[in-house]
Amino acid sequence: MTSIYDLPPQEKAKLAVRDLNFYYGGFHALKNINLSLPEKKVTAFIGPSGCGKSTLLRALNRMFELYPEQRAEGQILLDGTNILDKKLDVSLIRAKIGMVFQKPTPFPMSIYDNIAFGVKLFETLSRDAMDERVEWALRKAALWNEVKDKLQQSGSGLSGGQQQRLCIARGIAIKPEVLLLDEPCSALDPISTGKIEELIGELKHDYTVVIVTHNMQQAARCSDYTAYMYLGDLIEFGPTREVFTKPKKKDTEDYITGRFG
Amino acid sequence: MKRWGDRLFAAAASSAAALTLALMAGILGSLVVGAGPAIEAFGLGFLTSAVWDPVGNQYGGLVMIYGTLATSLIALVIAVPVSFGIALFLTELSPGWLKRPLGIAIELLAAVPSIVYGMWGLLVFGPVLATYVQQPLQAAFTGVPVLGALVSGPPVGIGILSAGIILAIMIIPFIASVMRDVFEVTPPMLKESAYGLGSTTWEVVYKIVLPYTKAGVVGGIMLGLGRALGETMAVTFVIGNMNQLNSLSLFEAANSITSALANEFAEAGEGLHQASLIYLGLVLFFITFVVLSLSKMLLAQMKRAEGART
Amino acid sequence: MSAAVAFDASRLSHHKRRKLVNQVALALSLAAMAFGVFWLIWILIETVRLGIGGLSLAVFTEMTPPPLAETGGLANAIFGSLTMVGLATLLGTPIGVMAGVYLAEYGKTTWLGRVTQFINDILLSAPSIVIGLFIYSAVVAKMKSFSGIAGVLALALIVIPVVVRTTENMLSLIPNALREAAYALGTPKWKVISAITLKAARAGVITGVLLAVARIAGETAPLLFTALSNQFWTSNLGEPMASLPVTIFKFAMSPYENWQKLAWAGVFIITMGVLALNIIARTMLRNKN
Repeated sequence: MTSIYDLPPQEKAKLAVRDLNFYYGGFHALKNINLSLPEKKVTAFIGPSGCGKSTLLRALNRMFELYPEQRAEGQILLDGTNILDKKLDVSLIRAKIGMVFQKPTPFPMSIYDNIAFGVKLFETLSRDAMDERVEWALRKAALWNEVKDKLQQSGSGLSGGQQQRLCIARGIAIKPEVLLLDEPCSALDPISTGKIEELIGELKHDYTVVIVTHNMQQAARCSDYTAYMYLGDLIEFGPTREVFTKPKKKDTEDYITGRFG
Repeated sequence: MKRWGDRLFAAAASSAAALTLALMAGILGSLVVGAGPAIEAFGLGFLTSAVWDPVGNQYGGLVMIYGTLATSLIALVIAVPVSFGIALFLTELSPGWLKRPLGIAIELLAAVPSIVYGMWGLLVFGPVLATYVQQPLQAAFTGVPVLGALVSGPPVGIGILSAGIILAIMIIPFIASVMRDVFEVTPPMLKESAYGLGSTTWEVVYKIVLPYTKAGVVGGIMLGLGRALGETMAVTFVIGNMNQLNSLSLFEAANSITSALANEFAEAGEGLHQASLIYLGLVLFFITFVVLSLSKMLLAQMKRAEGART
Repeated sequence: MSAAVAFDASRLSHHKRRKLVNQVALALSLAAMAFGVFWLIWILIETVRLGIGGLSLAVFTEMTPPPLAETGGLANAIFGSLTMVGLATLLGTPIGVMAGVYLAEYGKTTWLGRVTQFINDILLSAPSIVIGLFIYSAVVAKMKSFSGIAGVLALALIVIPVVVRTTENMLSLIPNALREAAYALGTPKWKVISAITLKAARAGVITGVLLAVARIAGETAPLLFTALSNQFWTSNLGEPMASLPVTIFKFAMSPYENWQKLAWAGVFIITMGVLALNIIARTMLRNKN
């Protein structure tokens, strides 16, 4: 079965969304989404406010289950296993799929403990091994040099951009396979944003990254693949360069050229 | 016309506010004056003497102070974990439709007048406590060094343990409401971050929400403590009203500051007896003032932090 | 592709323990909730069971009897309570509302406002028996007699902090846009407050008053050495006056069966009254929203 949602043959699908329908109470928020997210590439979800891009992202790690009136039907396959299956333990799934939010959310504890928090949930490491892991995660998030002398200080003492990188390091420390970023730069200044975009380019070597952004230029800069959504439907999906220069659908073209926002 | 309407109204409002301050000053003043003769006669030794002898005119408040502190401590030990459990349930576990009725049920517990607690405590709860808790405990621990002493005495359902348990039930709604309120203002994104890492519900509450709200939680606990310290009727009915400290048993009749006042003040003639009782009242007022001030400051700190973070 | 998402073996056993801890903790919290509700239900059931048995028309029409008497009721105690609670509310509410107005509309930044708010909250939770001691020194000792008016004053002093708190909270909830609209028309401040803001907060303020009434209706300690009690009927506030809570106290601690029965009837009346007031107040507040 070929559709415009399938990937080119050289790409392997890390996450595959099949016939996903999502409801907020009676409101049908996502309509029959079929999408494959390629492994170790950055995929961006773009679209106007209310199109469902954050909803789709939060379905990927079953975050919606915290809220009783939200409901998902369909399948989301991680390496072939349907993670929406109720029989699967959700916290083990979340250990494989990490998430970073719009506003930095450092835990009320030291920088070191922030990173160690997730690790301690799943592994028992010696003090030395934990130190190593913390350093590794902070290096990967391009934060180590800035905080290596103040690991015992509170996470909330850092600047906004640093806090967000702390949250990314925290998510990486538990060695997930997928990273979900929900408008990670929306609360940051342009310089911090630039640093994080650079980081995303590095992260994709090891992780499958999915990023929701309302900033089209950011999607064009950072992502390999782009999905354009509108009012709960997936309108178009393809390599970023194609979507932005030769969009297949007129709706996509209208949005990209700014005919509506 | 406009000018004096405004002035009059503003003056009335600020006078009413000032009246509250005057009230506080008045209470403090009258307590100090009333306790004067006893303070003069006994000084600070009053706080450590267990002699209470209306005939010989010798008074010391240790029995009552101990009773007040012991019953309040027992109340806290029981009420704090239970309130935490209730707040956890209401914020994380309860299905939506159950939240409000349960919340109302807890608030109704707070509305029940203390005299109802007292009477129920003496005539309904006491006998049950005696049969199902005190007697078995006594049978189990007689002869055991420390515990045996704690459970000696007539197991008839009165004493420090009974009073402590009833106080616990009375203060649970206060502590649980404050805990629930501060748990609810934890930013959802913070909790979602922890869930996103794969935490279980308990881990999120215990490791993230509780540290985030700790000022508010402690403030709520101190509020409950303040109430327990000052409670009169619930304690008076079941504490036994005996001015003795010979036995530290939890089952033996004892006394607290409020129950001593309730029982003896109306008949105490003017003189050292009355002044000593007022001295006790002054001590109680002082303790509750400190506890309630701490509570207020902690809760205010929680509010400021919440404002700064969001 | 593998049939299941591969999970590290060490992660799985560690994970089992975490799941267990989680389930135990959540079960305990359910138990705590049940614990709380259990006491409420037990107390209410016993109060109704033992109280209804003693209820009869006589309770409302006859005076408090001597021990072991055949007949008798609580009429003078009920009357005394209604009188003192009513007067205390009438006395305390205006003062409480005005002080609440000060805190919300004038005093947000002044030292008087900040100190009053602090002190008021302390008085709110302070031991009520100490209020009784204060009134004793200030009124009873001066008058050389216990009296109903002393009881009224003691109860009013408990009403005030409750009404101050709720009035301030309710007024603070009124959005500034409403006030500004009134000012823009040239309304003087006192009128903005009394005719606009207080009116908008009316339901909340009344709720606060009802809650204050419910609170003092059940208070015993402040009356113990102010109004004391009275075996007979009196409508003279200069004399000691019977009240339901104090009468219940005296009767319940006694060994006389007729007194104990009346005490339960009294407890029933108070509990139902207080719960009714609470539910009415809550419904009012909800309907307003």
